[in-house]
Order: sequence, then structure tokens, then C-alpha cells
Amino acid sequence: MVKRIAIGLLLLVAVGLAGFFALAWRPAKARIEPPNASAFAPSLVAEGEKLAGAGDCAVCHTVKGGQPFAGGLAIPTTFGIVYSSNITPDAETGIGSWSEKAFRRAMHEGVARDGSHLFPVFPYTHFTEATDGDVAALYAFLMTRKPVSAPPRDSTLPFPLNIRALQEGWKLLFFRAGRFSPDDQRQPDWNRGAYLAEGLGHCGACHTPRNALGAEETHQAYAGALVDNQMAPPLTDANYAPVPWSEAELFSYLRTGTSRFHGSARGQMAEVVHEGLSKLPDADIHALAVYFAEIGKTASHSQQIAAASLRASDADRLDLLQADEPGARLYNAACASCHYNAPGMPNEHRPELADVTLVNAPDPVELIRTILQGRHAQMPAFARGLDDSDIAEIAAYLRKSRTTSAPWPHLDQDVARIRAADDADASRAP
Amino acid sequence: MISFTLNGQAMKVDVDPDTPLLWILRDEIGLTGTKFGCGIGMCGACTVHIGGRATRSCITSMGVVEGADVMTIEGLDPAGAHPVQLAWAALQTPQCGYCQSGQIMQAVALLNDFPSPTDQDIDAVMSGNLCRCMTYTRIRAAIKKASASMGTR
Repeated sequence: MVKRIAIGLLLLVAVGLAGFFALAWRPAKARIEPPNASAFAPSLVAEGEKLAGAGDCAVCHTVKGGQPFAGGLAIPTTFGIVYSSNITPDAETGIGSWSEKAFRRAMHEGVARDGSHLFPVFPYTHFTEATDGDVAALYAFLMTRKPVSAPPRDSTLPFPLNIRALQEGWKLLFFRAGRFSPDDQRQPDWNRGAYLAEGLGHCGACHTPRNALGAEETHQAYAGALVDNQMAPPLTDANYAPVPWSEAELFSYLRTGTSRFHGSARGQMAEVVHEGLSKLPDADIHALAVYFAEIGKTASHSQQIAAASLRASDADRLDLLQADEPGARLYNAACASCHYNAPGMPNEHRPELADVTLVNAPDPVELIRTILQGRHAQMPAFARGLDDSDIAEIAAYLRKSRTTSAPWPHLDQDVARIRAADDADASRAP
Repeated sequence: MISFTLNGQAMKVDVDPDTPLLWILRDEIGLTGTKFGCGIGMCGACTVHIGGRATRSCITSMGVVEGADVMTIEGLDPAGAHPVQLAWAALQTPQCGYCQSGQIMQAVALLNDFPSPTDQDIDAVMSGNLCRCMTYTRIRAAIKKASASMGTR
């Protein structure tokens, strides 16, 4: 009897497994000869270049200082490191042998040409929204890049997570394929912004928190998250900027990388703005601003902007009165010579520190990193000039003097940890 | 190769991007008006303008200068007759003089933002520029004199 039950159970498991793998199986698409660049209309290639900017393809698919789109960038995930793939039209190591159909399946369903499932670190969960026409333009753009021979690197995902067929289970739980459907009740620019943000732009990939299995928590869309030790702040009205965002400031930030009330984009967001969104016309940036202005409910806060900005510049006037505080003395020597503004008129290149998101955020990581590394062509790096306790003093002082938020605990350890992590990153860079 | 604009002229230098701007200014290009003080961005002697903003050149690496517009004390006026420099001379502001080119560069940046600064504005912006000769009161007076003359230009 026991034996029968055992055999029955085993059979059931076997049938279940067979059924699962049958479900997970995808046919390979036939290899093609890499198409000639002349096979694509120049206007289609140009459109694809813009869309590749919107999708920020180059940022993940290029190693710092490496060949564009040749992949190999290490992307840390909770489960292990995944290396981006080579999306140049090299026949052997890139996507040169991929037909447009195979490429479209990868974008819309997360399946490679050979039928294997892609890991969702490639945001096909968003790209599935892109229209066939836009995918065709992207294909035309990528297939006309310079082919680079760069073999893909294996991920460090442990067994059994590295079994690609198991991704079918993840997809069953978290993935619904389907194109973006515009909301007829809305204006065209809102719809355009939503299409770009939810689709190719994959903004939620960083700004939406993820669950234990790495899927975006769609009921908490844009609630903010820590990604690779970088802060992707909330884009909802839970955002902690004391001067509320407006559509105009969103446009300025997404177009130029800086906002006079909110400071400048850093790290991955700087890459998004300067290497990705910079390819898009003003109209698309405006559409994104319209979309996120609504997500952030900015209209209901617009009356508070001027007063909040004045409060910030008042805080800056008090530093000299705090000269008995070590943090204030360091701040006056190292920071105050640049971070000053005429009242109510913050300069976008040196925002009031009371205004900026990173002083008001729950986590000090972005402020610490900014002091350590500076900002490109805007602010020098203080990593060599200030030691860990100096930086912790300044951060604590800014928090205390500029915000009403609770002090950050264990700043000393935070500075040491972030400095060590950044040094390790720098020594790994080619 | 790092390209930038220095006092209105296009420059190209072939250096490690980690090299501080101050080294290039003084040792490679030979503009010695900018001084080395503390070397850690805490005294202001090495202040230059990057994109019009006062910046400590000793801790600014060449990598971040790429494409930027840099101005040193030598670039303020070909004859050294910028209104701030004239006010400095008229009031004999410097004593030993070592920190003064940094003071002047900081003051010029200050006056761009606050054409008529109050004592409080001056203190807030100039407090990061140290002077061991204690010329602070004359610096404040010279800034006000320059502000007055720039207003009537």
C-alpha cells in the first residue's frame, strides 16, 4: 500500500515536472545571416536610436570604457551577479543571428533566440509594453551598430536559480505579456509619458520596490527603493523633498540632470539623463514630466514651493552662529563657500542643502557618496580631504540644521562602509 | 586627453584624470597665481572658477574638468584691473598676500550672486577662505567697495 502511494506520488511529481518543462519550453528561432546595414531605412535607425535612449540600453549593455552595447556589465542582484549580454550584431557572441521576430520575442516575452528564458534583470516585464513598430526601430538601430565579438559571461546565480527553464515559474507568478493600451480619458502627452515610463523607460525597475523573488511590487508602484546601494527615491507624493516637485522641475531634471530645488542626478540616474534621455526630443521629456507630475500629485502641492524654498535659504544663514559645533566648522570651511544662494533664488548647480532630497532622505547613502565622490563638473570630491568622522560630522550637522527629520544613526559606520564599497568598485574598474 | 577652457582659451592636457587641477595650473601650464594651501579643500587659497562658481582646485580632479570652463586669477582681467582687484589694491587689503588670489576669486563669485552683499552674506560665503594675517575686515571693506564700483559701471 505504502509502496503504491509512493509510486503514485513519484509519478505525479514526474508528470508535474514534465508538464512544467513542456510549459517552459520555447522553440528556438532559426539563425539568420546578419542583415546588411543598408537593409534598414535611415529614418527607422534614427527612431531606434531615440528609443534606445529612452530604454537606456547602452547603460547596462556597456562596460565602463568598453565598446558600446557589447555587454559584460556586472549587475548585482539579490540572487547573484548577472552580466549583461552583447547586443551588437556579432553573429556568434551578439544578436547578429537574431531575426526581428526573435528580437521581438525577447523584448515582449523575455525569451532568447535559442528558446532559453531570459532573467528578468533584463526588464522585458516593461519592454513587453513597447509597440511592434518601436521594437522594429530598436532592432534596426542595434543591427546597424558595429559588431563586437564579446562572449557572454555566466552569471553567479547558484543552482537551481541558474536553471533558465525555472524562469517560467517566475513568469507565471509575476509576468503578463501585453502591449501598452492608451487611456482614452487622458491627454496624448500623459499617454506618451506613461508609454515611455512604463515601457521602454522601465522607470519602475529602480523606483518600485521588489519582493523577495525580485518582482516589482506593483501595488507599491514608484514607492522608492535602494538599488545597488543607491537610493531611487519615491516618485509618489511620499517623496521627501521639502520643496514639492512640479512639472517644470521634473522637466528640468529629466532634460538637464539638475533642478534648482532638488539638486542634480547622480550615479545611475545621471547616466539615465545624460546618456539615455538626452536622445529624446523635448516633447517626450515633457510627456514624462506630465506623467510623473501626476504620479507625484504635484498639482496639490504647488502652493508650497515658494515658502519651502525661502525656509531653505534661511537655514543657510545660521551656519556661522553654530561655530561651536565641529560639524558647522567643517561645513563652513569645506562647503559654505559654494553652497550659498540669494534668498529664494537657488542656483541649480549648488542647490540649498535644506532642499535637496539626499539631506532629507531616510538613508544617508546618497549624501555620503556625494561628499566622497563629488559631482561631475559641479562639485569636487572630498574623499581624500575629509576622513570618515569629518564626513559623518558634516552629514549629522546638515541633517540637524536643515531638516526636522530624525538624526541618522551610526553615520560613522555608514561612511566607512560606503567608502570601502566605492574603493572596491574603483579597483575593479578596467 | 582632457579638454577644457582656461581663461577663455581651449586647452588640452594628457594627464591621469585623478590629477588635481591645481597641479596642472601651476606645474604644467605655469599659472602660479593660484596657490597651494592645505591641499584638502579646507582653506580656500586655491580657489578658481569652474563654470563661474568658486571651486577648490586642489581637490578638483582633472577628470571632472573635462569640457568645463575654468577661470583663474590671471583670467579676471588682462591688466589685473577687475573692479575687485582694484578695490583690493585701493584698500591695500593683502598683508602677506598668500591667500589673496583665492579670496579675490571667491569674492568675484560672491558678487555675481549678491551684487550688494550684506555683512552676513559676506561672512557666509567667505568663511571658507582663511587668512592667517587676519585681513578679514579689509576683505569685507574691499568687497563692499567693489560692489559699489561695479554697481555704477
